[in-house]
Amino acid sequence: MATIPVPAVRAGRGAARAAWFGAALVALITAVTLSVIVGANPLHPGAVLDTMFGGGTAESRFVVWDQRIPRTAAGMAVGAALGVAGALIQAFTRNPLADPGILGVNAGAAFFVAVGITFFGVTSPLGYVWLACAGALLLTVAVYAIGSAGGQAAGPVRLTVTGVAIGAVFAGLTTGLTLTHPDAFDRMRGWSAGSLLERGFDVVLPVLPLVLVGLALALWAAPGLNSIALGPDVARSQGVNVRRIQLVVLLAVTLLAGSATAVAGPLVFVGLVVPHVVRWTLGTDQRRIVLGSMVLGPVLVLASDVLGRVAVLPSEMPVGVVTAFLGAPVLIALVRRRSATAL
Amino acid sequence: MSSPTGPLDPPLQSPLQAAALGLRYDRRNVIDDLDIVVPPGSFTVIIGPNACGKSTLLRALAGLLPASSGTVLLDGRDIVSYSAKDTARRLGLLPQSAVSPEGITVAELVARGRYAHQRLLRQWSAADESAVTDALRVTNVADLATRPVDELSGGQRQRVWIAMVLAQQTPLILLDEPTTYLDIAHQIEVLNLLHDLNGRGRTIVAVLHDLNHAARYASNIIAMQDGRIVAQGPPGTTITAELVAEVFGLANVVISDPLTGTPLVVPADTRLPHPVVTGA
Amino acid sequence: MTGTVSTGPVSTLDVGRRRIVLGIRGLTVVIGLRSALVGVLVLLVTVFLALLALALGDFPLTLAEVVGVVTGQVDGLPRIVVLEWRLPRAMAAVLFGAALAVAGAIFQTVTRNPLASPDIIGLANGSFTGMLVALLVLGGSWPLLTAGSLIGGLAAAVLIYLLAYRGGLHGFRFIVVGIGISAMLASVNTWMLLRVELETALFASAWGAGTLNSVTAATAVPAGLSIVLLLALVPLVAPAVRQLDLGDDAASATGVAVGRARLAAIALAVCLVSVVTAVAGPIAFVALAAPQITRRLTATPGIPFVTTGIVGGALLLGSDLIAQHVIPLTVPVGVVTVVLGGSYLVWLLIHESRRRA
Repeated sequence: MATIPVPAVRAGRGAARAAWFGAALVALITAVTLSVIVGANPLHPGAVLDTMFGGGTAESRFVVWDQRIPRTAAGMAVGAALGVAGALIQAFTRNPLADPGILGVNAGAAFFVAVGITFFGVTSPLGYVWLACAGALLLTVAVYAIGSAGGQAAGPVRLTVTGVAIGAVFAGLTTGLTLTHPDAFDRMRGWSAGSLLERGFDVVLPVLPLVLVGLALALWAAPGLNSIALGPDVARSQGVNVRRIQLVVLLAVTLLAGSATAVAGPLVFVGLVVPHVVRWTLGTDQRRIVLGSMVLGPVLVLASDVLGRVAVLPSEMPVGVVTAFLGAPVLIALVRRRSATAL
Repeated sequence: MSSPTGPLDPPLQSPLQAAALGLRYDRRNVIDDLDIVVPPGSFTVIIGPNACGKSTLLRALAGLLPASSGTVLLDGRDIVSYSAKDTARRLGLLPQSAVSPEGITVAELVARGRYAHQRLLRQWSAADESAVTDALRVTNVADLATRPVDELSGGQRQRVWIAMVLAQQTPLILLDEPTTYLDIAHQIEVLNLLHDLNGRGRTIVAVLHDLNHAARYASNIIAMQDGRIVAQGPPGTTITAELVAEVFGLANVVISDPLTGTPLVVPADTRLPHPVVTGA
Repeated sequence: MTGTVSTGPVSTLDVGRRRIVLGIRGLTVVIGLRSALVGVLVLLVTVFLALLALALGDFPLTLAEVVGVVTGQVDGLPRIVVLEWRLPRAMAAVLFGAALAVAGAIFQTVTRNPLASPDIIGLANGSFTGMLVALLVLGGSWPLLTAGSLIGGLAAAVLIYLLAYRGGLHGFRFIVVGIGISAMLASVNTWMLLRVELETALFASAWGAGTLNSVTAATAVPAGLSIVLLLALVPLVAPAVRQLDLGDDAASATGVAVGRARLAAIALAVCLVSVVTAVAGPIAFVALAAPQITRRLTATPGIPFVTTGIVGGALLLGSDLIAQHVIPLTVPVGVVTVVLGGSYLVWLLIHESRRRA
């Protein structure tokens, strides 16, 4: 009977883990609250509370119900989706450089949005959503098809290289397109920064089912990923269908990352930093990493969004710009503090 | 235990020693204040249970792991005072983890062992050629020379890595578990090869996990436990039932190998009896 | 497959790959045959492309006229057109492409990651930040932009090095810090691009995509000379870098001073990329694709540096020709390199898997 190495749990026992989740939930609730209360439009917290329970003026109702709450909901969905997508893609490719966009999701979404803006005059976030979804999906399918060309199931390394190559091609095409069409360039630079501005319920609700399905698939696949981390042979001997888990993971990443990009534009950094932080503070169990990312992702996105609303009044700094400034220092501090291993 | 007593004639000076050596790994003090002397021309084998520090010690002796305190002496001088190529001409190491570049052939990989003997404009010489050819022959991989390393079995690959170390042509060779992945016949083949090299004047220091192989081939045994040397000396006097029981936690009996007379460790019979099944 | 052709020291050893061992009076050099052939072939292609580059344009010249200018027989307008307008740009394309390709090869070998590229250590983003600051804050004359880009890129690299260094340069920490700094710089760039007027943003973005439009003799010559000098240093680190292919332990055991070799190699790669970026902006994908394309063409276990340089030069020159003469709109060469390099890589991947199946 071979001794199978058990992944070491870094955060101690159940009490420490519970404390982690407790703290994360508190952070999430704080972020949500701030997201509803804080904004360019100065509303007293009492007034906000009032509006939420039926009272308030027409203006406050507009701000709270048409702007802030949908925006908060969007932020939560996008954060959770990207965090989990990042966790999955890093476990799948075993590469610390991996982010959810590595399968071409961002490049496909951006290209379709650019085409829509340039040739079809699309201007609203709702229009962007459908274009981005279509682009993300098509490109991921293309990456998977090309990566699997030759009959073999595409392994992580192959998919990564294919995704980077195809993603780069489409990123280049997008750049070429926008640099030769100034109007499109103007609109794209707003979209590509990654923003939650003007994301109402009409934008969020259509993709919400996709996000939920993606999250469910992620939770389903997480235990399998734990086994796969020990090596595909060991996993198979434990009864794990490696091929099926890989396909499910790819599907989940596409749904999650595609939806998030569709709503908010490319927010690459969230999917990169959140899983690292969770893994280094909570351990290497994929189930916990997925759950942790689901909670921490929204915290990062909402905190960034709130900060962006007030940092450069009266204008707004897009959430995509702020996430790097919040996330990168945390990432660097963590990697400096411990002798961090790759995965 | 024994320490060098001052300048000796070169042939008798220990090629590899450590004095008051302290080693840290992953922020833990793995080894503290350790003295070790490798007798010149010996076949020294380091034994010990898992995580006793033997691999760490070997890496430090090879210069891969810097000492946090104390010194490692190579040919009488502090090992850090040598340049990398100088060290490589005196000491060869078969590491645990090595990566073979995709598509590299056996002969190419073995030729990489000649790095320390080559210069920018002296990329291949007659000496390189003969060293590589000899190494391939002696490890029995000459007929695999043109094949890609990726296509070989684990055992064949191990022999190729050993050939690479041999091509380096060093008087001192360190090996960390050289018999991994090898079936019993090839294990004996490799050990016989090391014995042969030792007979021709090379000092061998190896970490082995098989006690009986160590007992048969070593001229000098170093037994370690928890980062300390608990016994040192020729196998006949070092490998005793008491030592094995204490260091490895294994109830055992030591008899004399019927073929070589060296100690043979036989684990005690601690099998639980099968339950008796009553009924037809 | 008999191996070797040799003069001088006899090498009859068959290593399973054709190689040439050239020796004169005790000095020997080993060259892979297939690498050399590929290199020569691509060099011929480069020469052909260069002639095209000198002939095509608003004042089209025949190949005969171009050759005439080069040999000094033709004078007047064709001479000005070739020597002052087109030659600097063509030479820059070849040298910059070579510099980027070799830098990429160094990075990928040292990190043992085929996806590694100098961009991951924030060079591209840092250069862009430096350039944007020079443009928006300091007024933006060309020398200022070049200086800004150079300083920005190098500052980013140094910052990453300082943050990642803790008693040694551990690969993983270096990569992660690089990603973090790179992301922050990218955010700064995005923010700056959002705040300026459209025209300025367009101009900056075109630079940011990598363009040879602004290359003149004044900028090409110093850059070209610097690159030639730097490339001449590559053979000094190449053997050690190639030995790193075997893993740190084996490299160290065979005589490589691993830490020093890695640092020297990366510093050289950073310098190569910085020079190119300072003049032409961050040209993407050459550093990433050229080494991989070369490795597949030569079928060697490692990445051959000289051949990779030649391939990189051809790639960038070809891309520039396409950007200038094939595409009806004005597109930066960086867009073409990305699309071309990426497409070729995809084609190679498909071809590779079909062959294996």
